[in-house]
Amino acid sequence: MAPILELDGVSLSFGGLRALHQLDLHVDEHEIVSVIGPNGAGKSTVFNVITGIYRPAGDIRFEGRRIVGLRPHAITQLGIARTFQSLRLFLNMTVRENVAAATYGTTHATPIESMLRMPRARREELEVKARAEEVLGFFGQRLQGYRFDQPAYVLSYANRRRLEIARAMATGARLLLLDEPAAGMNPNETHEITELIGRLRDERGYTILVIEHDMHVVEGISDRVIALDHGEKLTEGTFHEVANHPDVVEAYLGRNPEALQK
Amino acid sequence: MTPIGVDEWVARSGDRRERHGGWRGLFEQADARLGWWSRLALLAVVAVLYGVFVARGNVNYAQVGFNVVLYAILALGLNIATGWTGLLDLGYIAFFGAGAYAYALFSSNAFGNLAASTGGIQLPAVASIPIAIVVVGILGVLVGLVALRLSGDYFAIVTLFVGQAFAEVVLNVAPSTLGGADGLFDLQGFHVGSAAIGSTLGYYWFEVIALIVLMALLHLLDTSRTGRAWRAVRDDPLAAAAMSIPVNRVKVMAVSFGAMVAALAGSVFAAQESGVYSTDFPAQVLILIYACLVLGGVGSIAGAVLGGVVVTVAEALLTSPIDSAYLFYGVLVIALIARVRPWQHLVAVIAGIVGFGFAAHAIVGAISHRAIAGSPGSAGWFASVLRHFVIIPAGSPPAYGNVLYVAAIVMLIAVVQLRGIRRLVAVVPTVYVAMCCWEARLSLEANITGQIMVGAILIVVMASRPAGLLGTRQVEVV
Repeated sequence: MAPILELDGVSLSFGGLRALHQLDLHVDEHEIVSVIGPNGAGKSTVFNVITGIYRPAGDIRFEGRRIVGLRPHAITQLGIARTFQSLRLFLNMTVRENVAAATYGTTHATPIESMLRMPRARREELEVKARAEEVLGFFGQRLQGYRFDQPAYVLSYANRRRLEIARAMATGARLLLLDEPAAGMNPNETHEITELIGRLRDERGYTILVIEHDMHVVEGISDRVIALDHGEKLTEGTFHEVANHPDVVEAYLGRNPEALQK
Repeated sequence: MTPIGVDEWVARSGDRRERHGGWRGLFEQADARLGWWSRLALLAVVAVLYGVFVARGNVNYAQVGFNVVLYAILALGLNIATGWTGLLDLGYIAFFGAGAYAYALFSSNAFGNLAASTGGIQLPAVASIPIAIVVVGILGVLVGLVALRLSGDYFAIVTLFVGQAFAEVVLNVAPSTLGGADGLFDLQGFHVGSAAIGSTLGYYWFEVIALIVLMALLHLLDTSRTGRAWRAVRDDPLAAAAMSIPVNRVKVMAVSFGAMVAALAGSVFAAQESGVYSTDFPAQVLILIYACLVLGGVGSIAGAVLGGVVVTVAEALLTSPIDSAYLFYGVLVIALIARVRPWQHLVAVIAGIVGFGFAAHAIVGAISHRAIAGSPGSAGWFASVLRHFVIIPAGSPPAYGNVLYVAAIVMLIAVVQLRGIRRLVAVVPTVYVAMCCWEARLSLEANITGQIMVGAILIVVMASRPAGLLGTRQVEVV
């Protein structure tokens, strides 16, 4: 399968701090790839360089097209959407509006057309509404019905995570970057999110790059796992290959694991 | 609606909410049934009734109505950048002024010295208003470009400079064209062919139509992709960018749209005044526009209009001694009713104020007759009632009023700090001192008092409804 996303020798420094160093990474179409690593390993930074928040050295290609230097909204319009580790919903907007706002890149009515509700604006509004409800319907009953018109700030933590995913879906992206989708969830919800990520790929055809700390989730969903530490790739492969790799064990537990087990 | 699993209980939370009884409950029910468009129609009806029954035949009332709608339009424009997009635009007054000057330039002899033979450019309103709006819209784009690099307080500081720069430019640059300190005058009113608006009431009608159309357009814009993008940028610019919204373009658009609304207001203002002067656009006007928006509820179309009504009517009332007394004592009584509960406490406080006042008046009068020989500043029946209540020395020396003013503020701060029964007790002398201060000094100085009263009304409203009269609660991080 052809890679949908390729990172080629990507490096990024904040002043003297080397956040990423010569990172190579690729995600194939319809693949679910997990990025793991200890805190500060550079996982979220990988997301930030892909989505254009930081401009790295090196090369990033999406569907063969170079995207380094494009602004974040342009990258999203090309087809990469993300969620945030620290939830970043539009808290004062309703659930439906949160999702509808993310369709900005796929709609084209000018303000004048919207103010006068000219045909294109009216058609797009209907489409946006249907799209928002359809996307929210993917999450079962949790974000439906009376929830549509509730402001996002009344949602529970788990529902906020779901809404972030719904919002990313509504952008029309083909590649989803999920930043710790199971963080702060209880075991039931964690199990549910594991299934959900599988369904995103199987039912909706998304390609997914996910950062996750919960090894059960990583084991449950990943076609391939990439381990990062100090901004460099330690190893990659199947979950079991990576989880048992000595460098990965060392990064998580420290040097000489035998000594710890005594 | 179909039942929705375990969350149904949450869905029905509205049904479990306590309802108010009596007229308040009826009002709330009626209010909940009205849709946005019927409310707009209601507003239009009120505006028409005011025009037909109140403003017609009375120039003062027509002028008040004109000012009310003018500030409502200005607040609506400010709401676009500040309320929806979250940009604290302190240069907004420059757009208002630029709109007025642009209209003036195209509707007077200002360009006459360029083309003396033609007697200047005197375009009809159908041409000069759109020109003014487009020109100021472009100015808005330029100011908006500043917003790309700056956010939050820094944007506010830079735009504050823009507002100042405008005042300096019209005062000092090209006085032969912009008029310098003399301003531009003898402007043509709105006219198309032989049809012309010649009275304040006429401009009031023009404004009302503009306001209703503007509210409708802005409502449709608010519920479109552009409006959603503005509010998304306000809530979280980074997330907005990640959700395919071009944050920079959206911000520039918001500032520019607001500028165009201000330019419309400026055109009407210039035409009605038949002149524009560099002193017409001071920081006080900007503060008043902000007061309208904040009072009504930032981010709410209806709120901006209501704020415009409340602030402008309050300002108008303050110019007449008897009306300003109604306003002052009205605010005082409403504040007491709203804040002092239960009603036994309220009765005690009011009785306390009355008793305290007459006692203080009697004691001071027994010591020195001159100390109570002055007359209250209020006119009409207020004056006769209050003569034996407030302490005003003969001739009402200004220094006395100044001392009382400081004392009232100090006591007010003390009241806010105290709790429980002590606060209740402290309210009594505080209100009395405030009343003495009002009668001795404030009611006589309408200009200064106007600013203070608007500030006081703002404080009272914001203390009880932090989101403004019609605003909805905004959360930052939950």
